[in-house]
Amino acid sequence: MRIKWQAAIFTAALALTFAGCGGGEKPAPESSTAPASAPAGGGAAVDATTAGSVSGTVNLDSPAPTFKAINMSAEAFCSKAHTSAVMPEDVVTGDKGALANVVVYVKDDMSKYSFDTPKDPVALDQRGCMYSPHVVALMAGQTIEVKNDDQTTHNIHPTPKDNREWNQSQPPGAAPLDETFARGEVAIPVKCNVHPWMKGYIAVFKHPFFAVTTKDGKFELKGLPPGTYTIEAWQEKYGVVDQQVTIGPKDSKTVSFTFKAAGATGD
Amino acid sequence: MPASSNSAVHKFAITTSAFTVLLLMAGALVTSNDAADSVPDWPLAYGKIIPPLVGGIRYEFTHRVVAGIVSVLTLILAIWLTRTEKRPAIVRLGWAAVALVIAQALLGAARVLLGHPPLIATIHATIAQIFFITTVALALVTSPWSQSGHPALDDPGSPKVRSVALWTTLVILLQLVLGAGFRHGAFGILPHLIGAAAVAFFVIWTTRTAKKRFANVPEIRSSIKWLNITFGTQILLGVAAYWAVAKAIDEAQPTPSYVILTVAHVLVGALTLASSVILTLICYRLLRPSGATQLSSQATRAAV
Repeated sequence: MRIKWQAAIFTAALALTFAGCGGGEKPAPESSTAPASAPAGGGAAVDATTAGSVSGTVNLDSPAPTFKAINMSAEAFCSKAHTSAVMPEDVVTGDKGALANVVVYVKDDMSKYSFDTPKDPVALDQRGCMYSPHVVALMAGQTIEVKNDDQTTHNIHPTPKDNREWNQSQPPGAAPLDETFARGEVAIPVKCNVHPWMKGYIAVFKHPFFAVTTKDGKFELKGLPPGTYTIEAWQEKYGVVDQQVTIGPKDSKTVSFTFKAAGATGD
Repeated sequence: MPASSNSAVHKFAITTSAFTVLLLMAGALVTSNDAADSVPDWPLAYGKIIPPLVGGIRYEFTHRVVAGIVSVLTLILAIWLTRTEKRPAIVRLGWAAVALVIAQALLGAARVLLGHPPLIATIHATIAQIFFITTVALALVTSPWSQSGHPALDDPGSPKVRSVALWTTLVILLQLVLGAGFRHGAFGILPHLIGAAAVAFFVIWTTRTAKKRFANVPEIRSSIKWLNITFGTQILLGVAAYWAVAKAIDEAQPTPSYVILTVAHVLVGALTLASSVILTLICYRLLRPSGATQLSSQATRAAV
């Protein structure tokens, strides 16, 4: 009897040891979403002849906080890829406090409309051991194409709350990774565990009414059907702020958001 | 030296225990450097035996290599004990260590393949501590001292020192679980702080009680000293690690002070547990649960 249980543990140990000789890299997870061309939502298409738009700017009320430069000395390729200090992109401002990397979107349920999922993928590059862009937004079911432009290995690891988590490696010269997210989620952190300073965000929507601000802080949401909407702005460090806006037929409204270091308010 | 004593096995058990300390350090370095997911596949790494050793991959791959070495050492130790050890309980303990190291490998694989559930990471960290004290226990029970005859001593007080020492060991283990849960996001800091207060109470109670009753027993006196040293160091490191965690919150990457202090806190936590285990085992070896007088050396061995 004693021999039997010892043999069982020994066999299990051997099996574990030799498991290292087989297998291989984890296969790419299967897509859990509908084809890219399938319309999202279950209702009618938006009438383009009456659609309006919302545009505006996002600002920070005070100078951007100062950050310590990223230390890339852990890997020679990364540090050599930059001629000057690389700063974290948690808060990126342009002229007059314009705030970049803010996701502005319609917060309301738009399921009474149907939308075609864009066939063009959204690109997320790994360049100089940084994500470019730092924040991307796309529709549920739309492909995100992750590229490695670096001569070093990265792993791409989004950690969503409502979508499926995945973690894939991408050596130098590897083909782009095509992935999708099935559910709307603002915003999914994505990181590279090989280079712990590499952090970004992926915002996913069930509708096409979203934008990410650039360094001029500007955004525009086009093709909105007439109605009253909650427009929300999300920033990774300062959280969210929203405003109500009513769009009439062929109407164009302007709204501005101002984030404060200790919170944020809409103007 | 008794016939059953085998100093080679004892030295090998100490070596296994020392490598386990290295394994704990390698695992703590993975967590502190935020590198746990840097190798997305298992058992291979990036589809290879040896992956590109860059960035966080170095920490994760080193952890796997040291884990492999410890697994082999543990297996050899269990086989060696089976062939040489006359006490069935010790043989069973050796194979329990093998079972634990297999469980750790499977949990490590689950941690890699199933993403980042805090529960799996916390269980992985907890079993790591249990495995470590198993190797420490094996090192102690295979020692010539453990196999020599010792007069059994009466413990005149209540509760018995051996019981208090055992409770202290269990409380320290629970505290390490709470610490691992905080570190891996399963719990907040509050349970760990309450646990620290509980550990302080039990360590002080145990060491004072044991010192009061058995100050003239060198083994117990020495164990108390080491428990006090490791626990005192751990309290200081806990404060320092908390400061480092708070300071690193807004940093783009783990800072050297954060890595050094959190890894040291994990390691000294394990050593505190090991000190308490040693004190407990020594108390169980030397102190009789009841009785009025010292037994002879032969009688003690027979009882054990």
